[in-house]
Formats: sequence, structure tokens, C-alpha cells
Amino acid sequence: MSAPTKTRPGALVHTLARALPVPAGAGMARALVERNVRAFRHGWVTLVSGFFEPMFYLFSLGVGLGALIGDVDTGGGRMIDYAVYVAPGMMAAAAMNGAVFDSTFNVFFKLKYAKLYDSVLATPLGPRDVAVGEISWALLRGLLYSTAFLVVATVSGVVTSWWAVLALPATTLIGLAFAAVGMTATTFMRTWQDFDYVQLAIVPMFLFSATFYPLSTYPDALQWVVQATPLYHGVALVRDLMLGDVGAGLLVHAAYLAIMGAIGVVLAARRIESLLLK
Amino acid sequence: MISAHKLTKRFGEFTAVDGIDIEVRRGEAFGFLGPNGAGKSSTMRMIGCVSPPSGGSLRILGLDPATDGPAIRARLGVVPQRDALDEELTVRENIIVYGRYFGLPRSVVRDRADELLEFAQLTERAESLVEPLSGGMKRRLTIARSLINQPELLLLDEPTTGLDPQARHILWDRLFRLKRGGTTLVITTHYMDEAEQLCDRLVVMDGGRIVASGSPRELIALHSTREVLELRFAADDHAPYQPKLADLAERIEVLPDRLLLYTDDGDAAAAAVHERGLEPLSVLARRSTLEDVFLHLTGRSLID
Repeated sequence: MSAPTKTRPGALVHTLARALPVPAGAGMARALVERNVRAFRHGWVTLVSGFFEPMFYLFSLGVGLGALIGDVDTGGGRMIDYAVYVAPGMMAAAAMNGAVFDSTFNVFFKLKYAKLYDSVLATPLGPRDVAVGEISWALLRGLLYSTAFLVVATVSGVVTSWWAVLALPATTLIGLAFAAVGMTATTFMRTWQDFDYVQLAIVPMFLFSATFYPLSTYPDALQWVVQATPLYHGVALVRDLMLGDVGAGLLVHAAYLAIMGAIGVVLAARRIESLLLK
Repeated sequence: MISAHKLTKRFGEFTAVDGIDIEVRRGEAFGFLGPNGAGKSSTMRMIGCVSPPSGGSLRILGLDPATDGPAIRARLGVVPQRDALDEELTVRENIIVYGRYFGLPRSVVRDRADELLEFAQLTERAESLVEPLSGGMKRRLTIARSLINQPELLLLDEPTTGLDPQARHILWDRLFRLKRGGTTLVITTHYMDEAEQLCDRLVVMDGGRIVASGSPRELIALHSTREVLELRFAADDHAPYQPKLADLAERIEVLPDRLLLYTDDGDAAAAAVHERGLEPLSVLARRSTLEDVFLHLTGRSLID
């Protein structure tokens, strides 16, 4: 680990950030990730909830509700079991929830109460390192959850294509988009009550982003609204990969999330700078 | 080590630091003495490269904080006013993780952590979480943590505020050892005894400005007398006593609860007071301190 600027989580984000007018960093975000890994070892119980939440949904909706629903039309006339249909939606939504939780509650606590970043910024690390470090950490945790989910889903027989392996980077992209924007939002929050606004944004997306039923259920006008929201692209990306419906449309979904993530990282770093380095 | 010229810090309309000049030399212990709100912490934050100056020039270790912030911070140790330790980690991990922020290799950090735990007298508590530690222990851990990069310059913002006397003396002892080892110390404090104990040179700050500077001895010689006689009378207002005693001292300060007579011979002045038939409730002749210097310069006590 003697070369601090070489390969590390979030390298892409870091490179992107460097190309833009963003606050200073020493390329040492991984030190903050390492800190989080250590802290996590003392509080590993939180890991468990992240594992189980999407799996509970999968079994309750896919197996329970799926028995009532029967088969679903994927859009191309192909009929699949409801559990197979809903599993990618759960995986994408869990990636969003995990990223938002990490980048809002956890970051808010460190920012306002633990004053962690005040100490961190007294070292060579800069605001960009703080943003990239925290977001990278959220992605690593998310990757852990997604992998576990994919394994369980495969064992349960709801995974039908080898393309599903690419759902892992896809959920990481969802995590990036939501963690980056979530962290930016957190820097504007003053009290714990402000987190109700986060729920206000997250819950409708969770319910209406074609997570549980196809986009075609909506009238045309509403379809446009749904397609403008980020989780829709996350769900579509993961579902197409898990079902093996691979096409150029995937790139649009991925680009939407990547751009949202890149903008979020820059804004989060700027906000950390203006809050703490005044 | 530090060179500031007309250094200024403004927050909106409020001017926290109002054009100060400072020169800190290698190996010395330099102090900022002043009451709360004097601009000490704002100055420290600018020196620590976590707060951009609003005006004037600032060079630290020969570098410009505006462009070389990370390079400067890599050579600084910072002990902030609030400990801000990492409560999710153990005592040892606090030191190790902090070292990793400086990009130091794991093996180096591990070895230094053992030494620093010893130095901070925390070896027995190494595997404990931070939260149950006493205030003095947390302070020592914060100092130990700040030394992980073997800093040339150590910034201490009110290092002993809130500690009991015994904990303060342990801390002072550790700081003396650092200074003997060649570390340059910059300390803010509103305790004059601390400034007298630790600082080779200091500046007295008030309202964002430097009102006096020099060694503690020089400042006392220049702005006060050798001794001070404190008189407390059985009266709500001590002002009427001033004219009766004016010729016994070089200068008299009237405080709400007592009179301070500035004189080179406190005992002689006390005898003279008694000869005039005045009966104070208490009489105390003592050496002059920086508190007297501050009182003389600003007309106010350091600690309200």
C-alpha cells in the first residue's frame, strides 16, 4: 500500500472528480474506507439487517404473492414466474436503500456528532477524499449485500441467465448514484427530523419504479414521469441483466446512474468543503 | 516555522482575527493568550490549514497553505479544543487509523502506536473503547494521536481546559518532553499559569488583535510590577478605597470584589494600609502574573 494513488475502490470516481473543478483531496480516500472497515468490525450487527431485508421481500412477494399472481409478461410476450420478475426489482431497491442509509444517517452522525471529518481534514486528506471515501465505503457494503442476495436468489431458482453476474456492477452503479446524492443531501440537514424528507423521496421510488409490476401498467403520461426517476433505471438495468434481455438500452440506464453519481460526488465534496473548511 | 503578516479572518461582517503579525521560531513554545472569543482558535485553524485566511499573508514551514495545504498538514500535529476522538474505535485503533490518514505504512503505524501509548500512559487501556476514558486520558490520547506523523510543529488549542490539576500537570510534563525533543509547540490558552509554565514567548490577544508580545517575564516586567497586593474590604463597592490608597502603589485596579495594588514590595504596602487604620477582610501579597498584564492592557479579567 505504498503507492497511495494506485488502484483502490472508487478509482473511477476519483479520476472523474479530478477532471472537474472539485475541492482538494490527497488521493487518500482509501484511508477513510479502512477506518470504516475497522469501525464496522465493532458493530457488525448492522450488517445483518442489510442482508435480510431484500431476502424477506423476495420471499414474501415472490413466493407468497407470486402464488396468487402466476406468470408475468416481460413486455416481449415472454411469460415468466412472478418471483423471477420481482427479484431484480428487490435487488435494485435494496442497493438504493443501503446506499441511502449509509450516506444519510451514518454520514450525518459522523458529520454533526462524532465530528469525524473535522479530525480527518486536519490530516493531509481533503474534502474530496472524505466524499470519495464515504461513498466508496457505501459501495463496498452494498456489493456485499448484493452478492449475498444474488447467491440466495440463484439457490432459490429465480435467476435464469448468466448475464445476472453483471447485476453486481449494476447494483454498484445504483449505489454510487444514490450514495453520492444522499451524501450531498445530508450536508444540508440540520436535525434528525430532516430525514423525513429522505423517506419522502425514497418510498415512492421504491413502490412506483416498476419495481413490482411492469412499466406498461401506467398510462403513457405517467410512464414518462417514472422513466425520469433514477430507481426506474436501476431496476430496469438489473432486471434486463438478470433476465438476459441484453440490448443497447442498458447503456442508457447505466449512463443515467453514472452521471448522477459523478455529479453527486462533486457536489458532496464541495459541500463538505464549505461546511468544514471555513 | 510560522510567519504571518497582517493575517485576517472574517466571517461575514464579523472580524475574528484583525491583521496580526506573528513569527514562530523552530524549537520554541509559542503561546496565544486571551479570553474566549479573542481570535485564538480562528488563528489556530488558519495555521492548521483548515481555514483559508481572508487577508494578509501566511507561511507555514516555508509553504503557502492556499496551495500546499496537504503537504503542510502532513508535517503538523493538531490537538483541537474538542478531543474529537473516534468513538467507534479502540484507543489503539484511534492512533493507528489516524496514522493511516497520513499514508504511513501499517508496520510503521503499529510500532509508533506502541511507543505513543507508552508516552501517553495508556498502554493498559489500549484495547478499550474511547468512551469510558477519563477527560485527562482522552486528552493524552488526542495528543498521542497527533504525534503519529512525528510532526515538526504541534498545535494545541487549549490543551488543559476542563482537566483537574493532577491531569494538567501530567499533560504539561508530556509537553515539556516534546519540547526537549525539538518539537515546536504552539499553544492557545486562557490560563496564565499555563502560559507562564509552557511558553517561551507569547502574544496576548483581545478582540482579534495582538495587544502585547514577549516572554512571560518580559511582559510582566513591562506591563506590571514585581508584586501585587490584593485587598478585600467588607464593602459592596471597593471604589471609594482607591483615593485613600492611591499613593501606596504605582497603580490600583478596582475589581468588583477586591482592590489590586501594583507595587514592588507587597508586604511594605500591606503594612502601610494597616498604619492608616484600614481593616481589610483579607490581605494577599503575591507575584505578578500574566493575568495582571492582561488586566492592565484590557481592563478586564481573562476568565469572566
